Amino acid sequence: MSLKFDVVIIGGGVVGSAIARELARYKLSIAVLEKNLDVCMETSGRNTGVVHGGFAYDAGSLKAKLCVQGNRMMGNLSEELGFVFRRSGKVLVGNTEAEYQSLLGTLHQGEKNGVEGLRMVDEKELHALVPSVEGRFALYSPNSGIVDPFGLTIALAENAASNGVRYFLGREVRNIDRADGSWYVEAGDGICCQARWVVNAAGLGAKRISDLLGITGYHVVASKDDYIILDNRLGELVPMPIYTVPSNTYMGIHVTCTTDGNILLGPTAETSDNFSYYGTEQKNIDMLYESAMALWPHFTRGDYIRTYSGILPKLVDEEGKIQDFKIEIRDQQAPHAVNLIGIESPGLTASTPIAEMVVGMIKERERLARNPAFIPERKVPKPFRLMTREEQAEAVRENPDYGELVCRCQQVSKAEILRAIHNPIGARTMVSVKYRSRAMMGRCQGGYCQMRIARLLEEEAHLKDTELTYERPGSWLFTGNVRGGER
Amino acid sequence: MKEVDVLIIGGGPAGLAAAVALDKAGIRKILIVEREKQLGGILRQCIHDGFGLTRFGEMLSGPEYAQRFIDEVVERKIPYLLDAAVTEVTPQRQATYVSPSGVEAIQAKAVIFAMGCRERPRGALAIPGERPSGVFTAGTAQNFINLQNKMVGKEVVILGSGDIGMIMARRLTLEGAHVKGVYEIQPIPSGLPRNIQQCLDDYGIPLYLSHTVTDIHGASRLTGVTVSQVDEKLRPIKGTGEEVPCDTLILSAGLIPENELTRKAGIALDRRTHGAVVDQWMQCDRPGFFSCGNVLHVHDLVDFVSLEAEKTARAAARFVREGSLPACPIRVKAGAGLNHVLPASISGDEDVTFSMRPSAKLADGILRVTQNGKVLYQKRLRKALPAVMVEVAVKRQAFQKEGDVEVSLTC
Amino acid sequence: MLKTFTCIRCPNGCEVTIDTRSSGTSGNCCPKGAEYAREELLGPMRTIASSILVEGGDQPLVSVRLSKPIPKAQIFPVMEQIRKARVQAPVKAGAVLIANVLGLGSDVIATRSIDKE
Repeated sequence: MSLKFDVVIIGGGVVGSAIARELARYKLSIAVLEKNLDVCMETSGRNTGVVHGGFAYDAGSLKAKLCVQGNRMMGNLSEELGFVFRRSGKVLVGNTEAEYQSLLGTLHQGEKNGVEGLRMVDEKELHALVPSVEGRFALYSPNSGIVDPFGLTIALAENAASNGVRYFLGREVRNIDRADGSWYVEAGDGICCQARWVVNAAGLGAKRISDLLGITGYHVVASKDDYIILDNRLGELVPMPIYTVPSNTYMGIHVTCTTDGNILLGPTAETSDNFSYYGTEQKNIDMLYESAMALWPHFTRGDYIRTYSGILPKLVDEEGKIQDFKIEIRDQQAPHAVNLIGIESPGLTASTPIAEMVVGMIKERERLARNPAFIPERKVPKPFRLMTREEQAEAVRENPDYGELVCRCQQVSKAEILRAIHNPIGARTMVSVKYRSRAMMGRCQGGYCQMRIARLLEEEAHLKDTELTYERPGSWLFTGNVRGGER
Repeated sequence: MKEVDVLIIGGGPAGLAAAVALDKAGIRKILIVEREKQLGGILRQCIHDGFGLTRFGEMLSGPEYAQRFIDEVVERKIPYLLDAAVTEVTPQRQATYVSPSGVEAIQAKAVIFAMGCRERPRGALAIPGERPSGVFTAGTAQNFINLQNKMVGKEVVILGSGDIGMIMARRLTLEGAHVKGVYEIQPIPSGLPRNIQQCLDDYGIPLYLSHTVTDIHGASRLTGVTVSQVDEKLRPIKGTGEEVPCDTLILSAGLIPENELTRKAGIALDRRTHGAVVDQWMQCDRPGFFSCGNVLHVHDLVDFVSLEAEKTARAAARFVREGSLPACPIRVKAGAGLNHVLPASISGDEDVTFSMRPSAKLADGILRVTQNGKVLYQKRLRKALPAVMVEVAVKRQAFQKEGDVEVSLTC
Repeated sequence: MLKTFTCIRCPNGCEVTIDTRSSGTSGNCCPKGAEYAREELLGPMRTIASSILVEGGDQPLVSVRLSKPIPKAQIFPVMEQIRKARVQAPVKAGAVLIANVLGLGSDVIATRSIDKE
């Protein structure tokens, strides 16, 4: 199948989707090629969801500049797109004089970066902010926050799709050619997209795409993080993320609250050259337990509901030193190709400023006409579980599907499951429903609701038993029917 | 607001038996609230037989056992709601439930918690490794196969020797899957001996004790698991890991009482059973709240769930009629050899049935109930297993007016 | 010779030891245990539970069991019959869906009712 677009974006993560949405403000035909069956299946979804202040990055770097911008705009963006963001603040906790000096250094770097509100707090104030933490003082960043990382990515993608961007899921890019002033991008299932512009927002795969574009020579390493998720029983004890004193390259193990009231312990940060292995390791789980206990000794192993891991693509120099984001157009070598390499943390916070920068770079090279039909808002109904009793009653009166709770522990109604299934980008896996509705995210991890969700997915998306997929391509759930069907 | 004498939360075996017993005791204003589209609870998917021997003197399948109670509920015209999920119960016994016909509040004189239990999922076991599809809890697999007509896999490994896991080993084998083995971290099986015989041995399925799954492989669908031996502290022994190729992993590693509503109602829970702390009336630490069945403590036989629910209903009926129940000032403690004992307190004026779970395998043990250093009751147990709940009845004449009671099981 | 069996007749799961010559038993709490051990020696009998496909029902499957135990060796042949069977809704609990399966003197009976769709 051959298709023609003005812009092809490779990668539908938070950065690719933010770029798609920013470009949708202009009269352009845009495609996003995503190798997974949904957005936020890799780095964009597998993180802590912390919206960083911008103090941890070298002054003058893109990471610092774009992070500070992203932090400032996150509030408006969340209102516009209807994802959950909370400006919770954050503390970096220390105990020794050396740590105090180190935190002062971080504070000064933050001030240089333009981060507002940073200050040192003593033990008394620290415990007023976070009563349950162990520590003598802290650097307090009131503007840091937490976001639902799935919510943010999905919101950007769905808003882009509603504004005409076409998402192609499960389409891994195989080859890229350039001829007669056009790019030809071949992807899985035999599709070929011709485009004037290509944007490489492939995240973990960005080096491979960069090579295909003819921009070679980058060193990117995988930094793998294991995490533990704790039950939301403890959520109230952690009103904001609790970090230790960061080193130059590693933020240390922290205790983070999520927008849904769960608690995350992690990350572990191990460098490897494997960009696709998401297994967690026992030694890391044990290590996270020990380290988190020292900082916040209020949980038990009985509070674990899940472990997971994420991978960050880190651009490094010959000595292995981590580099700034690389966002470039090489007009001679690869004209009309925007190349983004090493987009790791704070990429989630900085996604929209990155996208604006990409649009700016394109606009330096061609005139873009505004798309008057662009609608920046995405209307999202309030989740049933967050409604007041009166709102719930009203919702059920209008749509009885709200009265059928499919996921009991997260109180997700059938109406919300159906809405998740019929998402505008066409993602139809079990995990797609999970990330959009929160069903299966609670303490039973789908023990009660996954059969109902599987059935609804089959019915609504017209899937056969054997076509139902959990997350990645090939992650089938059933071999077929027990009786009277294929086996 | 609607008002009832007794609100029963959950229409499974405990809730149904409680409802019938309440009706028999003359309580008419009852309401069962059930979240599913049918009554019967987990028994609907337990299509194997082995139910009812104690309660009915017959071997029944799960659906048949449930139907006996459902038929009685229908005959007695006991009101019930389906597709209705209770979302909150206040300490004042006001409940809110959600159903497609609306959001309703109801005031009850007494509330019986009968929500059953849930399975321990992979995350709670903190099994490391990848996150492919093909990892199911035993009950989820049972639901898919027996109710949804979905076959979950072909090459199967089962972690945990709980009864549902062993029953699923047989069920999967009958349906043509190859069950490669059941791996149990403890040195003794956690399910009933007869299930080892009729579900595993009969089908040549090996049971590996002191083994656990230490890694899960597969980026998409499960491709295999690593199993390792564990030492006496249940820690995996380095170097013993062996990869077992499989496409399905079934987890049967424990059940947890489903007490979110109980906790939200401000009721004290027991650290060991994860159920409410109850006195001999099965009454929680707030008057008018009762708990029975698997939401109170995990049973191995539904017959005992029904019997416990009937006892609970009689106490709840008395509470409704008299406005309160006799105080239970005598505390009951689990002594040596027991994981827990129920109830947590007794009146001293009434006969009591104690339910307990042994903490280890024991041959020729003596079960003793003592108070103030005096043995009130003792019984020889030829064998005791953590998998088998033990119940003993003690006559009221045995008890003294004060002093803690201790129940123990020793050699 | 002495042989030991785990009795499956009730949840007690007694370890019953039987003398293969005298048929004398020990370890059983009740007469069922003795009966079970003798049967195990002569020819083990088992019952199975499974499901049969329902056409036109509000559920895809009806659960079934055997009315009487069958020889252990006949389990898989009987499963084959169950697998091939189909029934039309409605189905009443207790209905005989396969009478005298494979001539073994045992019926395959429905253990629940299924309504029409």
